[in-house]
Amino acid sequence: MLNDLLGLSILELSYIVASITFILGLKMLSSPDKARRGNLIAGYGMGLAIAATILFKEEFSADKWLNYSLILAGLVIGTVIGTRMALKVKMTAMPQMVSFFNGMGGACAGVISLVEFDHLRHGGEISAGMLIVILLGLIIGSVSFSGSIVAYGKLEGKIADKALPAGQFINISLLLALVGLAGYLAVSGDLSMPLMYTLLVLSLLYGVLFVMPIGGADMPVVISLLNSFTGMAAAFGGFLYGNQAMLTGGILVGSAGTILTVLMCTAMNRSLTNVIIGSFGGGGTSAAKSGEQGTVKEIGITDAAILLAYANKVSVVPGYGLAVAQAQHTVHNLEKILEDKGVELTYAIHPVAGRMPGHMNVLLAEADVPYPKLLEMEDANDDMANTDVVLVIGANDVVNPAAENDPGSPIFGMPIIKVWNAKNVIVLKRSMGKGYAGIENELFFHPKNRMLFGDAKDSLEKLIGELKNL
Amino acid sequence: MEDILILFYENREFIFLILVSIFLGIEIISNVPAVLHTPLMSGANAIHGVVVIGSIIIMLQADPTNYYALILGFLAVILGTLNVVGGFVVTDRMLEMFKKKAR
Repeated sequence: MLNDLLGLSILELSYIVASITFILGLKMLSSPDKARRGNLIAGYGMGLAIAATILFKEEFSADKWLNYSLILAGLVIGTVIGTRMALKVKMTAMPQMVSFFNGMGGACAGVISLVEFDHLRHGGEISAGMLIVILLGLIIGSVSFSGSIVAYGKLEGKIADKALPAGQFINISLLLALVGLAGYLAVSGDLSMPLMYTLLVLSLLYGVLFVMPIGGADMPVVISLLNSFTGMAAAFGGFLYGNQAMLTGGILVGSAGTILTVLMCTAMNRSLTNVIIGSFGGGGTSAAKSGEQGTVKEIGITDAAILLAYANKVSVVPGYGLAVAQAQHTVHNLEKILEDKGVELTYAIHPVAGRMPGHMNVLLAEADVPYPKLLEMEDANDDMANTDVVLVIGANDVVNPAAENDPGSPIFGMPIIKVWNAKNVIVLKRSMGKGYAGIENELFFHPKNRMLFGDAKDSLEKLIGELKNL
Repeated sequence: MEDILILFYENREFIFLILVSIFLGIEIISNVPAVLHTPLMSGANAIHGVVVIGSIIIMLQADPTNYYALILGFLAVILGTLNVVGGFVVTDRMLEMFKKKAR
């Protein structure tokens, strides 16, 4: 008896410690110096909580050798595969990796609900409350799983953006069907396994259809949202088992993830409901502008190099194209050469440039670009009038003036980097293609702007070569 | 209705914990510089991997002859561990690049 009590006390104590490490870890992740330590601390807390659960949750009995071996085998398999994947992934593919791991957590929560539902059917004590928790865990976990996998596929370029005709109607009907079925299961007392599987299939389908039509520009928002979904699903599991570690961990992520999602939506001038219903604002607005365009001026490598070399201040606006071209090291080299020539170079970072918030920061950090050179959007905009040349590398929608002056544009109202306030703008671009919002960019026709066509990395290398000869 | 009230009363401490955690989560994230958004999302992603504990509890409590629970539980342990381990390792790799280089 005393032994039991001792074990359970150690277990609960471990959960308290783990919860504190989660809070501390998240807190430390918000400061550049402590972030890495914060992540490690949360990791240790997680290890502690897992070990304590295995050791102290149930009294050990030899009949359960199969259970214990399967737990250990599962832990080993998951660790080996997870570590390998995480170590192998390229820095540019980070967002989809996060999405993938998020999907795994969602799937885990969904499977837990399936087993617990079956447990209820076989003589577990049934309360409507617990049933609701199980059903919500299944729905949210499954939506998070299938949604994350679709997001992963889209970012990997394996799945194309596709909007179904009447997609909104289908999504809303599906959502209603989900709620109706879950409500029936919760209230009727009919614990039918086929109905539970139907709920599972509908949830998975909803996850797929929910992410499918969403364009690249909204991907960060979706991943963040799915991340907070999985947090909620984990919290439902915690509620089910009366487990503090799962509760605090899940809810912290659920609420923090939701706030992050809202912050990102605000930055892009999109409402969260609009994202959830799952339509990207392309329809109907594209016709608004297309006739009145001026001419596009091109600039050659030599002219561009001269312009840069004789500037006092240069600002680089990076976008997803920089990541695709893997040009982060090249742009850092350009920065060094220009600094040797006495040119001051900074980077203007739009909060949603790339595929995740902070994507550009991670990318440039990989190339050893020092922090103080990365300016946030507001600071960069304040500085713009004093800037001689702006180099826009692989960014499009985040520098599109339509966000300011075209109320019909889907990105109208989104804060942008006002590069046209600088004295000269050079846009490095592969072709005249559109950005991820799928709309025309007036900037290209702006009198101050000139285009340098070609692959970003290639153009930058040529610029560096030219600068060395000057 | 009665069921819901009972649920509330029986779990009042958890509900308290839930509410406090929600506010804590909001507070923590409101002060994060944009630079760290990706690592933060990734770190948070690893933390919700705590759901793996639920799958371990299933395995611990399952009857050794209940193969439905054992097989699905085993699968859930793998999935949850992937989330935890992969999540923390990826986050660590991202943050490694943020280290200040001695110049």
